[in-house]
Amino acid sequence: MPLWGMVIDLDKCTGCQACVVACKAENDVPFSSPELSAAGRKMSWMEVITEIEGEFPDVRMRYIPRPCMHCDRPPCTKVCPTKATYRSWENGIVGQIYPRCIGCRYCMNNCPYTVKYFNFFAPEWPDEMKECLNPEVSLRPKGVVEKCTFCDHRLIRAKEQARAEGRELQDGEYMPACAAVCPTRAIEFGDLEDPTSRVARARESARAFRLMEELGVEPKVYYLREGEWYGGSKA
Amino acid sequence: MAVPRPSAGDMVLIAPTQRGGKWFFLTVCALLGVVGFAVYAWLTQLQVGLGVTGMNRPVVWGFYITNFVFFIGISHAGTLISAILRLCNAEWRRPITRCAEVITVVVLFIGVGNVVMDLGRPDRVLFVLKHGHLRSPLLWDVMSVTTYLICSSIYLYLPLIPDIAILRDHGSKRRWLYRVLALGWQGTERQRRVLEILIGIMAVIVIPVAVSVHTVVSWVFGMTVQPMWHSTIFGPYFVCGAIFSGIAALIITMAVLRRAYGLHEYLKPIHFNYLGILLLVMTLLWFYFTFAEHLTTYYGGDPHHMAVFWEKVTGRYAAFFWAMVVTCFVIPMAILSRAKTRTVAGTVVASASVTVGMWLERFTIVVPTLVNPRLPYERGFYAPTWVEWALMAGCFAAFALAYVIFSKLFPIISVWEVEEGREAGFEEALERIKGYLPPAESAAKP
Repeated sequence: MPLWGMVIDLDKCTGCQACVVACKAENDVPFSSPELSAAGRKMSWMEVITEIEGEFPDVRMRYIPRPCMHCDRPPCTKVCPTKATYRSWENGIVGQIYPRCIGCRYCMNNCPYTVKYFNFFAPEWPDEMKECLNPEVSLRPKGVVEKCTFCDHRLIRAKEQARAEGRELQDGEYMPACAAVCPTRAIEFGDLEDPTSRVARARESARAFRLMEELGVEPKVYYLREGEWYGGSKA
Repeated sequence: MAVPRPSAGDMVLIAPTQRGGKWFFLTVCALLGVVGFAVYAWLTQLQVGLGVTGMNRPVVWGFYITNFVFFIGISHAGTLISAILRLCNAEWRRPITRCAEVITVVVLFIGVGNVVMDLGRPDRVLFVLKHGHLRSPLLWDVMSVTTYLICSSIYLYLPLIPDIAILRDHGSKRRWLYRVLALGWQGTERQRRVLEILIGIMAVIVIPVAVSVHTVVSWVFGMTVQPMWHSTIFGPYFVCGAIFSGIAALIITMAVLRRAYGLHEYLKPIHFNYLGILLLVMTLLWFYFTFAEHLTTYYGGDPHHMAVFWEKVTGRYAAFFWAMVVTCFVIPMAILSRAKTRTVAGTVVASASVTVGMWLERFTIVVPTLVNPRLPYERGFYAPTWVEWALMAGCFAAFALAYVIFSKLFPIISVWEVEEGREAGFEEALERIKGYLPPAESAAKP
């Protein structure tokens, strides 16, 4: 059984936000305005958290791209009263069944990484955009919770392609939109169970860490600490 | 054959069921107005989405969940207190059990209503049965609240039967309704015995169910990994708070009934005094729990917990927190610890203070944690909008409305139990006191 996971190299991340835009376009996540964002109604399955360190002139910006961690022991799926959010036993991806979600938002409360989003309003797009929505993902109505799916529709497509050609799925064949678009290849993605995959090798790095590992929720998104770029001493 | 007519004095208890009156009409109209406005607010919310509330990310729970916990807490007024007093054979319970039990049944509906209002998709509420997930504390809530609602409705109905029979035989209005509801009650020896056994059984069942209900409500928070929610003390802390606010609600309701229906001879200062002492005990217990909870958090010093702790103690929600300390502890303590101020007016003031304070407690449990989630980059703030205020006002109005209507349909003080107290309770209490003591002759012997 594959276990899909991600390794994000913070040394390589330039904070360009291409992953954020690609995610929105790929998954039909509605835009938001500065007002909505300030009111806490912004939707962004992938978010680049920025942190400013130090004071002028010695200022440093740090960027941390933050998708869903796809915990192997997810606290959000435990508390769902209707099993609308689940961890797939087939591939470890944590998903959300929109037609079954009752919108109680309990899963959002129990997510230590705050990665789940609620449809406070019915989603809206500018007219020009309506023609360009991705038909491979289902649109969410108002009142349900949604989240990063590791673009699992791409997994289905890649698997079908491989089956049609009568071969196994290759490493790197299934990539979520954020990983595929990253111009510096800061985001590696693949099967953590396969020791030869790029992602499995990347997480062996001494710089590897996971957010709030101490909670024991076993997130499948790894980060590589900044260090090499700055010479290691400053990080 | 008809049940015996109640004594002339007790006719005052069934009088409200026999006449309407201008004040009744005006009260109902005013309450309906508030409920109507709340319905309008809810329709707006259904139309536009939960975006019309002040909730956001990360503060995804607000007034509705606060009110849910608050109202379920109030529900512990009735059934639990009434059951304990019945089992303890406390004679002074007789005039207050019914008005307490009605509170329970009514507020349970309102508590459940708040959860439905909170859902993004209320149309899918029955999915909790169809796709129920037993690992979710919310499903535990569904089960325990449903059980509690059923048990407390039965527990309210059973002692009501003899009184319904009185209305059937000696009232002039709605006799068809009472004929059905009285279930052929004739007050025979056998019927009385069966009723007594059933009430006894229900009183025993209702206590663990009531305790489980608020424990499970607390577990909705306690089972999560969020700072200052994930606490083992929450079960007993919530049950204590529930009984605390429940007694307060009962005292206020009793005072209103006393004034509105002229029941001064039934709900006497002694009842308020006794309930005041009970409220005082709960005040101290509440303080103990609150102190233990916050000291443990502070001493442990976990940074995630401390972020919430400071938010409550000195941060943006400090006004709510300290108002809670004053209204839940300082004011009731000052009033109730002195016999001189433990009067009807005194206990009502203390109770009003506790009711406000316990609502604030629920609010300062729900919101400050959500404002400070574990991932330190997400920060939020929560302020309710007019929709949430309207729905909250609607909840209180709906409670009052249902209560007023109940008191117009059925005697709000148990007629037969008061009578029974006069006839049999007196003798029984004397016998019991004798039973506690050694006989005078044998006590003198070595």
